[in-house]
Parts: sequence; C-alpha cells; structure tokens
Amino acid sequence: MRRANLFLIFLALGLILVSLMFLHACFREKAALPSLREREDMVRRLGLTDLCLFTEASYTRHPTRADRHTPFQDYPMSPDYFPSGSILAPPEMVKR
Amino acid sequence: MKNWIERQKKIIDFTLSSLLRRKGKNGALILVYTLVVFLLASVMFFVQALKREASLVLKGAPEMIVQRVVVGRNDSIPLDYADRIKEIRGVASVKGRLWGYYYDPVTGANYTFMVPEESPPEKGRITIGKGVSRARFIDEEDEMEFRAFDGVIFNLTVGQVFSSESELISSDLVLVSEDDFRRLFGTGKDRATDLVLRIRNPRELSVIAQKIAELLPDTRVILREEILRTYDMVFNWRGGLTVVILFGGLMAFAILAWDKASGLSAEERREIGILKAIGWETSDVILMKFWEGTAISLSSFFVGILLAYVHVFFLSGALFEPVLKGWAVLYPKYKLVPFISAYQLGTLFFLTVVPYTVATIVPSWRAATIDPDSVMRG
Repeated sequence: MRRANLFLIFLALGLILVSLMFLHACFREKAALPSLREREDMVRRLGLTDLCLFTEASYTRHPTRADRHTPFQDYPMSPDYFPSGSILAPPEMVKR
Repeated sequence: MKNWIERQKKIIDFTLSSLLRRKGKNGALILVYTLVVFLLASVMFFVQALKREASLVLKGAPEMIVQRVVVGRNDSIPLDYADRIKEIRGVASVKGRLWGYYYDPVTGANYTFMVPEESPPEKGRITIGKGVSRARFIDEEDEMEFRAFDGVIFNLTVGQVFSSESELISSDLVLVSEDDFRRLFGTGKDRATDLVLRIRNPRELSVIAQKIAELLPDTRVILREEILRTYDMVFNWRGGLTVVILFGGLMAFAILAWDKASGLSAEERREIGILKAIGWETSDVILMKFWEGTAISLSSFFVGILLAYVHVFFLSGALFEPVLKGWAVLYPKYKLVPFISAYQLGTLFFLTVVPYTVATIVPSWRAATIDPDSVMRG
C-alpha cells in the first residue's frame, strides 16, 4: 500500500482510539457513580477527612489535620525525611 | 479538491521516504518524544483523577473540626471545651471524636484507629481496611494482637473487612469501640482527639469559627471547604512531585525543540537545496516540513497519551508506585476513576505538538528562501 495512505490510516486510527478512550472514560465514570456515592456516604458516617494515599507519616496521611512542626519533629533543625513529604505540598491552612 | 489531496499525498509520500532514510535518528526521536508525552500525560491524568475523586468523596467530611494545639503540635482536647462551644449561637451539636495512629511492630505499618460516631463495633471487635488485612494476612473472625500504651497485650477479633473499592479512604483504618480505644491508648474519659461540630446555617461557618478562635485561643478550626481545597492545592503544578516531573519533561522537550529550531543538519540543507533546484517552491518545502513535524509529533502524541491512559487507569499508575509508596509498608491499592477532559488533552497538545511542528518549519523556511546553489554548497 502507498505510504501516504498508511500514514493517514495510522492518524485516523489514533483519532479513533483517542475518541474510544473518552468514551471508555465516560462509561467508567457513569459505572463508578454508585461506588463514589457509597464512598461519600462512608466518609460522612465515619467522619473521615482525608484520602489514604500515604501511610508512612501522620502529616501526609492526614494533611488536613497536620500541624507545621510534625515534619521536623525529631530534633531542632531536623529535616523532613519521609519521601511523601516531598510529594505533598503543605496545605494552606497549616500556614495560618 | 481531488488534485489538492493528491498533491498532499505525494508530499507525504516523499516526507515519509525522507524520514525512513534516517530511520535510526527519527526512531530515537519518536521514542523519546513518546516517553515525554507519556510521562506528562500520566501525571496529568493521575493528578486530575485524584483531585476529582477527593472533591466528590470528601463532600461528606465534617463541616467543622476543632483541634487543640499545644506547643505548636496537635494535642488531645478536653471535653469541657465542647460544652463551651455549644453555648455559641448557631452551633447545632458538638461531639468529641477519638482517633489516633498505631505503629504495628509485627509488620512495621502504621494504622489509623478510629471510633465511629454511628454504630461502632462491639467491645472486643474491630472493622479493618483491606490494607491492614493484607499486611497482617488476616480476615474476618481472625484475631489481631495489639500492645496497649502500658505494654499490656490484648486481642481484638476482626468483625468485618472493608471492601477493596473503598481502599482509597479506608485502607489503613481500624474501627474500634470507645472502651477498646481508651484501653489501647490510655486516653482519659474527659478527653477526645478533636471535636466535630454541626452548624445550623452554613453561611455562619466563618463567624462561628472566629468566635471559637476568640473563646479558645489554643485551638485551630478546620472547615470542610478547607479540606476540599487542600486536595486541590496539594497536587497542584507548583508543588512536589508534579513540578519535578513536569519540569523534567518540559526541559527534555525544550531540548528536542531547540535542537530542531537551532538549525538543520548539512544533509537536510542539501536536500532542501536539491528540491529547490529541481523546481520545488518554498511553500512546497514548508509543506513537506510541516508533514514531517506532524508525522513525528502526532504519532508520539497519540501513542503517548494512549499508553498513559492504560498506565494510570488500567495498571493503577504502576510506575508511580515506588515513588508514592515511599517507606510505607501498608500501601493502598486503588483503581482511579478516569476523569479526563478535552481541556487536559488540548493543553498537552499545545504544549507538545504545536511547538515541535513550528520548530521544524521555521529553520526550513529560512533554508528554503536562500538561493539553492548556496544552500547546496553549505
């Protein structure tokens, strides 16, 4: 087959796959709504405040309830040594 | 129209043959380009999905939380603070909440212990998250051993394990009864970890927060709005990992584009000179270079974003796992809901495809406008 045709087919295939990606995301989002509502309900029932993304340090497990000093808790001038401390930026409210 | 299409096809044919003559160089370029797009798109998809999930799920978080701060650190709060807060007009209810962290020496993992307000487990029984169950190889009706604050060891029976769908919020949770919590941590009956408030009129939240801060200066008030804002802020492009990856990716991309924009190789200049000498117009050369830029950048863009989608939403961002895991023993396993938007892809497109294509055309236009003879002679 002619190269130009192959290339145009490849571009069309790319476009179709990206459209399918959106379609898949749309279906997955709709299918996940009941489970998202369930999770929201669980958060309400248990009074949770944070996502469980990191479990290594209290200030990254519950960033919304962290204070400014916990990351440097061990001794004066102690560095923040947990890897997740470098991933999560400190929330605005701890700066109050 | 038919002629126009045929002309484009001929130029594409020529462009592809020209690209295939430098297979190794262009192959490496496409590979690096795809990797850059993949990395940027993965971060974008992951962060956006996480933010959206947080905003939907945490809508149910408490309206207002009051913590006590002693010497700059959070401390347990006396329950008589609740009585004083109740006297503020507009406060519907104040409840003491018990929660804390437990380090498990058996696995080296940290758990979050909590006493739920509604239907807590019976004394001697616990409800655990899937992560805890995985870390300790235990299931329902198994016993789990804990060491209390005074060194006494006691067992609690697992009554229920949370489903794996809820891991993003419950992976490390251990729900216990109030008696077991106080026995484990030695928290006095007159104290709680923090206070949770219900407010009659949501418009009064900030006024009530201010009144609490004046009444009890050693406390800190956290509003639900701030909780929701936290997850919007903590993963923004300015902070932490996101900025490192974005900066690295964009720098790699800038090098690619700079290499293209700073000039053509001698071989490419000679090719343009020959084409001009055999009758190609400047516009034809620019069109050829446009197709060259498009072929490389669009192919890399499509492959990069599709791979990123599979990576984040089918393989749960497996490449990010070592970074996110850190030193944690207990790592939640979750599948993110794909919240993607055309805006995200548009941003990525304008950040990657457009600059590269422009960077390919500009030097070629310069070479194509010079006399063919001098171009060929270098």
